[in-house]
Amino acid sequence: MKKEDNFYITSYCSIAKGKLHLNGELLYENDNSDFKEFIKEVYKQQGGKYAKFFKMDNLSKLAFLASDVLLMNENLNSEENDIAIVFSNNASSLDTDRKHQKSIQNKDNYYPSPAVFVYTLPNICIGEISIKHKLYSENSFFIFDTFNAEKLHAYANSLLLNNKAEQVLCGWVNYDEDTYEAFLYLVSKKGTKTHSIKEIITLYTT
Amino acid sequence: MSKVYATYNNIISSLGFTSSEVVANIHQQKSGLRLIDNSEIFSQPFYSSLIPGKKLNEVYSSIATKEKHTRLEQMMITSLNAIIKDSALSITNEVGLIIATTKGNIDVLEDKSSFPKKRAYLSELAKQVANYFGFITEPIVVSNACVSGILAIAIAKRYIEQGVYKHVFVVGADLVTEFILSGFNSFQAMSNKPCKPYCKNREGINIGEVAASVLITSDEKYLNEEAVEILGEGSCNDANHISGPSRTGEGLYRSIASALQQANINASEIDYISAHGTATNYNDEMEAIAFNRHQLSKVPLNSLKGYFGHTLGASGLLETIVGMHSLKNNMLYASLGFEELGVSEPINVIKETTPKQLTAFLKTASGFGGCNTAVLFKKVK
Repeated sequence: MKKEDNFYITSYCSIAKGKLHLNGELLYENDNSDFKEFIKEVYKQQGGKYAKFFKMDNLSKLAFLASDVLLMNENLNSEENDIAIVFSNNASSLDTDRKHQKSIQNKDNYYPSPAVFVYTLPNICIGEISIKHKLYSENSFFIFDTFNAEKLHAYANSLLLNNKAEQVLCGWVNYDEDTYEAFLYLVSKKGTKTHSIKEIITLYTT
Repeated sequence: MSKVYATYNNIISSLGFTSSEVVANIHQQKSGLRLIDNSEIFSQPFYSSLIPGKKLNEVYSSIATKEKHTRLEQMMITSLNAIIKDSALSITNEVGLIIATTKGNIDVLEDKSSFPKKRAYLSELAKQVANYFGFITEPIVVSNACVSGILAIAIAKRYIEQGVYKHVFVVGADLVTEFILSGFNSFQAMSNKPCKPYCKNREGINIGEVAASVLITSDEKYLNEEAVEILGEGSCNDANHISGPSRTGEGLYRSIASALQQANINASEIDYISAHGTATNYNDEMEAIAFNRHQLSKVPLNSLKGYFGHTLGASGLLETIVGMHSLKNNMLYASLGFEELGVSEPINVIKETTPKQLTAFLKTASGFGGCNTAVLFKKVK
């Protein structure tokens, strides 16, 4: 007994292949092939003023910035906001896992660090976003082979239908061996663009 | 909305390879924790509960295919095989598979591993497990730090309620590896002795290893003796710190509130709390604060970390299963390692295994990234 959709996609954002898009509009482009340089430029261009950003690993930087660009226009409350986060990817935190593994591989050059180890979990980026925007809300991180609109759609519906959240920030944030891709969208109870699997796929692929 | 239940279950661990065997050992207050002195795993001796390799090999070999599986895959397959057999449920397109793990096959990143590095991808692990049993639907991996196991149960319920599946098999496991031990050690979070959750003399965590699995279903035909109804759940963030819990227990407090509201019961109806209790200073203190904010200070509570250590992505699943057996047996199991209260707010830690009529229990967990999960369960029979 699947319940009817009465929810809407009110905003969406992507960061991939040197481009930052918000609601289909190109906000920034830079052909710097080095992710660290590229993401720093995006951060600066977006007027970033958050020192913690520079301590984050690549996955968190990517997810944090995409969320920031999207949520910037949402008139968020400074006390708290009831926005759930449902993220997914393919590579989990493998980029940082490899760094931690490298630090313990060689007994003569052994340097495990808590600042690296803490990022060996994909949901840390959700924590970073929750701290910045005061989201004391539902969160979950899924790993799929590829972008799975169907599963994200059903899960966001479940949260909204059961009053577990007012809005749900969903999407895909993947960082792996210098390829990166963030695609996030905000699902709300009011709006014009219907929250359907077809719409999610359309926004993801265009 | 139709009811959702947790039913057939299995635990593969140092305390046994079936849930009943494990629970019987817990009843006797037997710990699976041993001092491990093996430089292959870690340069210094550490307390842990490891699944006996020989026994795992025997059981896995009896069901093995020609496919070569990693140790973690063998653990998951062995555990899941038990409940698929017990439930006699056929795998159709109405049956989902959810895998809870924090690090999956992380050991394949080691130089000495004979498996391809590709196996470190969690979706590859999921494929191995799903293919073994011939699952038709695409497996879902939940990797949400130390709440993964209990969150996976909540997620299974939510997908069943949305009509995505009728039944979901949930399996959780993580390995004890140098990767994990060196990381927790760098945080100076590890205890040199068997851990002592909530105790004044606690010194930190032990890391342990289990595989656990449970069937989540809406079909009452598949309820077994220890089946419980899943009444409500919540999974809220602290929005405070990525590696330390909130001082006010905010996320855990809200998770419990969310679960209670959905279950439509009062905190006073909770008979028992299966808490997280990692035995680190900050975690145990935070939990005591959150429970007190819900007036739960008198409800009997335990942490099972003194039996298994912290089994990471599997812990919430493992502890839920033991909770189900607690309800069935009407037995409160001792919180092993506890002597004297070592948190600033009162909580009722179970000192001795005691019989008590039980109907409903609360399972909670918290983890890095500020995540927390709370789920309420009620006895069916």
